[in-house]
Amino acid sequence: MGENPTSLSEEDVRHVARLARLTLSDDEVGRFTEQLRGVLDLADDLEALNLDGIEPTAHPSELSNVLRTDEVVASLNQDAVFAAAPKIIDHRFSVPKIVGDAP
Amino acid sequence: MSALRTAQDVAGGERSASEVVAESFRAIDQRDTEIHAFLTLQREQALGEAEALDVRITNGEDVGPLAGVPIGIKDNMCQIGEVTSCASRILEGWRPPYDATVITKLKAAGAIAVGKTNMDEFAMGSSTENSAFGVTRNPHDPEKVPGGSSGGSAAAVAASMVPLSLGSDTGGSIRQPAALCGVVGVKPTYGLVSRYGLVAFASSLDQIGPFANNVEDAALLLEVIAGHDPKDSTSLNQPAPSLVAHLDHGVRGLRIGICSDLLQGASDDVAAAVAQAAAVLQGAGAELSEISIPELGLGLSAYYLIAPAEASSNLARYDGVRYGLRVDGDDVTAMNTRSRTAGFGDEVKRRIMLGTYALSAGYYDAYYGQAQRARTLIIQAFAKAYGSVDLILGATSPTTAFGIGEKSGDPLAMYQSDICTIPTNLAGHPALSVPFGKGGDQMPIGVQLLGPTLSEQRLFQAARVIEQGAAA
Repeated sequence: MGENPTSLSEEDVRHVARLARLTLSDDEVGRFTEQLRGVLDLADDLEALNLDGIEPTAHPSELSNVLRTDEVVASLNQDAVFAAAPKIIDHRFSVPKIVGDAP
Repeated sequence: MSALRTAQDVAGGERSASEVVAESFRAIDQRDTEIHAFLTLQREQALGEAEALDVRITNGEDVGPLAGVPIGIKDNMCQIGEVTSCASRILEGWRPPYDATVITKLKAAGAIAVGKTNMDEFAMGSSTENSAFGVTRNPHDPEKVPGGSSGGSAAAVAASMVPLSLGSDTGGSIRQPAALCGVVGVKPTYGLVSRYGLVAFASSLDQIGPFANNVEDAALLLEVIAGHDPKDSTSLNQPAPSLVAHLDHGVRGLRIGICSDLLQGASDDVAAAVAQAAAVLQGAGAELSEISIPELGLGLSAYYLIAPAEASSNLARYDGVRYGLRVDGDDVTAMNTRSRTAGFGDEVKRRIMLGTYALSAGYYDAYYGQAQRARTLIIQAFAKAYGSVDLILGATSPTTAFGIGEKSGDPLAMYQSDICTIPTNLAGHPALSVPFGKGGDQMPIGVQLLGPTLSEQRLFQAARVIEQGAAA
């Protein structure tokens, strides 16, 4: 179990923003912290419940693996897919460097 | 403008599809400058399809049950070559390389897509004010919101620009705007309509469904889009239900529970409309009873942990690599971060952060795990209720349409708009909203009918009775 939900701090918000690959201004950190605390306060009624022994539901239907026959079917047109890409080089998606000196 | 009648006229050669589609664009040109229901129009494409359809009809071909019917498509459904932005800067101008299964089915049925409709960014919101491309106005009062997130689709039908449109409903995003705009809106059983090509928000909750001016048209559209799809592994292996043919079977002997928990916080006008709708059903021979399902009160808090958790994972794909906005940076992480920071609006950022937090180490069980267990409680409580009633009646939205700007600064107040619609999504059940009268503010009211998994036929029968009672 975590800490008291209402204890969400500005540091927590900075941390999750970093995990989610978002940059926040100081103003935004303040505003989002307050707003997210409000939403997490809603969760207080859940935290107060004793739900021991209740199975969690991840999905409304009873899912099992769905397999199809192993036949070759058409996939997306490669040129059409690359046409939507911000940057490509020789039929590959191009991105800035991934390995190298730490930033 | 009845979609069914229009399709019959077009198929029978009494009207041409070209004429019907041109008329739809005239209505859009007349009203959409004010309403802003559409983000993009497909004028040339639609008129070309209509002409081709007319040729096929002249040649004696059966072109399908929606022959020549113009339809609006929520901007989170992929259509080859047509911009699909989810009303977000991060997908601005993105043209998908494939059709969603619902689009394929619509084309095969002879329907003609006229444009993509406005929505809250990534379907996150209840007023369509979170669109990155401007708000949509309620056709009944342009100072009021149309509801959301499928506000553009609801407004387009309400303003008679199109007789039909498609929306998606994750926590009420079809039913709530249907209620606020005075049209019929249906959230089908989870898995009844394929999600292939629907841009994912919360995958265990999202479902595509119809908007229409009347119950019959909504039933017709649902028949067309429903059915098993091998491309969506959560698609139910079931044939599409037969709805239109059974619409007039009535409600005699049907047990309907008026649920007090779906009236909590409802305005007097809304509560009175639900009571009157109940009287109509009773007058038609249904057995009405008052029921309470207190567990539904957990829905809002469970939903606002589960949906953001799923969203934070689904929206991780917007990284500036394969499609969508890229803002360059020195390394890949900086590029990802800059692209997402520039591309997402505030509500989307809030939900991504909320979901990331709810799933993070140390909090997972307290938030996400506990919400999933509450979801089980809600499903069990519904199952118990459906042991003694066949359908449940309640409010769709606690209030009629609110003012533009009234709640946009207060996420929590906005979230309360979904309090009556959320439990259905958590359970994966079907539900619909049907217009029933107006409030003191002269704005439309919708009443909500809920049923267990795959009870669509009964839901539509009861909705038909309410619709006729509202007209009487």
